[in-house]
Amino acid sequence: VTAQADTPVRVVDYDKPRAISSKSTGVDLAFRLSTRGISAVVLGVTGGIGVFLGYQVFPTIRHYGFAFFTQHQWNPEQNILGISSVILGTIEVAAIALIISFPLALLTALFIAEYAPPWLRGPLVTLVDLMAAVPSIVYAIWGVFAIEPHAIFVAHWFNQYLGWFPFFHVRLPGSSADAAVFPQHQYAASAFIAALIVSMMVIPMGCAVMRGVFAQAPIGEREAAYALGATRWGVIRTVVLPFGRGGIIGGTMLALGRALGETVAVYLIVSPVFDLKLRPLEIGTITTASLIANFFGDASKLQLSALLAAGFVLFVMTLIVNTLAAIIVNRSRSGVGVEI
Amino acid sequence: MTTIAQPQVVDVIAAPIVAVRPEAEPRKVNAFTGDDWWCLAGAFLGSLATTWLLYEQVLPTRGKLGFWVCWYLAFIAMYAGVTALSQPRIVVKDRFWSSVVAGGAGFVFLALGYALAFTFVHGWAAASHGNFYTHDAAGTRPTAPLSQGGITHALVGSCIELGIATVISLPLGVGTAVYMVEVGGRFAKVVRTVVEAMTALPDILAGLFIFAVLILAFGFQKEGFCAAVALAVMMLPIIARSADVALRVVPGGLREASLALGASQWRTVWSVVLPTAKSALATSVILGMARAVGETAPVLITSGASTFFNTNPFNNPMNSLPLYIITAVRSGEPVFIQRGFGAAVVLLAFVLILFTTARLLSRTKVGR
Repeated sequence: VTAQADTPVRVVDYDKPRAISSKSTGVDLAFRLSTRGISAVVLGVTGGIGVFLGYQVFPTIRHYGFAFFTQHQWNPEQNILGISSVILGTIEVAAIALIISFPLALLTALFIAEYAPPWLRGPLVTLVDLMAAVPSIVYAIWGVFAIEPHAIFVAHWFNQYLGWFPFFHVRLPGSSADAAVFPQHQYAASAFIAALIVSMMVIPMGCAVMRGVFAQAPIGEREAAYALGATRWGVIRTVVLPFGRGGIIGGTMLALGRALGETVAVYLIVSPVFDLKLRPLEIGTITTASLIANFFGDASKLQLSALLAAGFVLFVMTLIVNTLAAIIVNRSRSGVGVEI
Repeated sequence: MTTIAQPQVVDVIAAPIVAVRPEAEPRKVNAFTGDDWWCLAGAFLGSLATTWLLYEQVLPTRGKLGFWVCWYLAFIAMYAGVTALSQPRIVVKDRFWSSVVAGGAGFVFLALGYALAFTFVHGWAAASHGNFYTHDAAGTRPTAPLSQGGITHALVGSCIELGIATVISLPLGVGTAVYMVEVGGRFAKVVRTVVEAMTALPDILAGLFIFAVLILAFGFQKEGFCAAVALAVMMLPIIARSADVALRVVPGGLREASLALGASQWRTVWSVVLPTAKSALATSVILGMARAVGETAPVLITSGASTFFNTNPFNNPMNSLPLYIITAVRSGEPVFIQRGFGAAVVLLAFVLILFTTARLLSRTKVGR
């Protein structure tokens, strides 16, 4: 016993945890660093676009002054550039598209989620998802060749019967709205027709988001409502719509964001007119995206900055809309598992 | 006596049970009765007749669209009215909204179906010619008949541009998603915020950015590569974001099991996380590609349109399907417009193939 006591004893305290390092070594370090590098590149590229666009506002304002935001003409020949009519046109087209697409997307989503027989549900979901993936150019040429010739008469009808209201009014030089032969070109290439096509384009998108949320409405609450004697509409009113409110708003905002930035349909349909007017049935309007598509080719360096600055304003608008959509969807109960 | 009576007693008890069985099926809760069907049919025919009489015969109105709108309104009113004769208010409300929902959905599906059918019908004239797929448009005048020239140059251009864009954006997008989900941290949060913000970027701005930077500042010419980079810039946030979602749903238990077995983080990601999320990742990438192949605005600005066959993305303009379509329909030449619709059919088929592949991939749960 005494001999053992002389030898030095290493005391190990088993209650104390062994030191753990979260520092990665070797291949893990390489993994972390390389993915971090990739992220940095992506951050640089994507963030760079935002910064680049934002930076173009400065030379534009230095040259054109703050009148850039109030001037309604875009006249590269005389170097008078302004985006007030452009912003108005962008909002006008997107707003009309939203007014048309929101109820239709909501009704379609409700039909698929609540009314369609089970055997039909799968094909309809696939159809809506597919139509959301159809390129906008296909909708655009359909709009130009199939819809516009008929939409002229709808616009004429609106002007004839509701033309006293400024929003539906169309100026007809040398003619009246009630004339038997009306100048059709005055109703063509208008914001209304562009918005009609854009709305068809964004309906599947909004509908897909809404349907996804409706399908997740809790089964227990549905059955509870049925057990209390609710009709199908009663269940929709009291369970599906309140639960899906976040998805409805989110899907609509997403559609709005897309409608704001839509290029081809508007570019093909409207004829560029830089008036500060709120007569969507009348020929001509301009949106930011179609402005860029129309004028990028012959732009001087400064005018290109102005185009990029206009693009930045558009980007800020879509960014606000999308961010609001994300916040609303995340905050609502229905955001779970739904990505927009 | 008792031995004979007993089976009789059993029979008496058993018989009613056998007889009850057919009625034990649950009653159909939401079933339409015969009366309801007559309500519906009556309202349908009545509204049709009334609208025809008033709209076509009595009032000085005309036009097909107006007729169907009036019919629909009359139908809803009649259906609600007829139902109100025999049913309580709550049922009237239910039927009213049923017809509104069905009408709205029917209109949307008709319109979407019309868009597809219109494109196919008008595109078939050009797309049914074999030379449409084997020739390019070099030396073909816009007014030349459909038996001359084709869209090979646009088809090949689209494939090359999409290929380059995918090669650029796939590793960057998935790598970023891996970083955001697997490594995390404050920097990942910044990246996620910026990437989500950039999904809001309108497609034309991606094109204009590349035009201003690559073509004007760095002196590239208008060529396929610039269009591909513009498409990549547009695809990148989309892929990164959906890959992020795909990786986030990989169960944490799988990662922990792998780490507990002594695997390194890299090994865990490579052998556990990525294979588990494989089909979801592929779906997200393919849907991003389907979105990119139809994008018109970026290629309109960056690639320049050629009529000849060009497989070199770094030299000379390169055509692509969306660009070909927009050039064709803006030309105003009837034959050229037909070619444009033919190209739209090809583009639709392209998107359909990508979409179906994505669907099939997401259905087979690889790695689960």
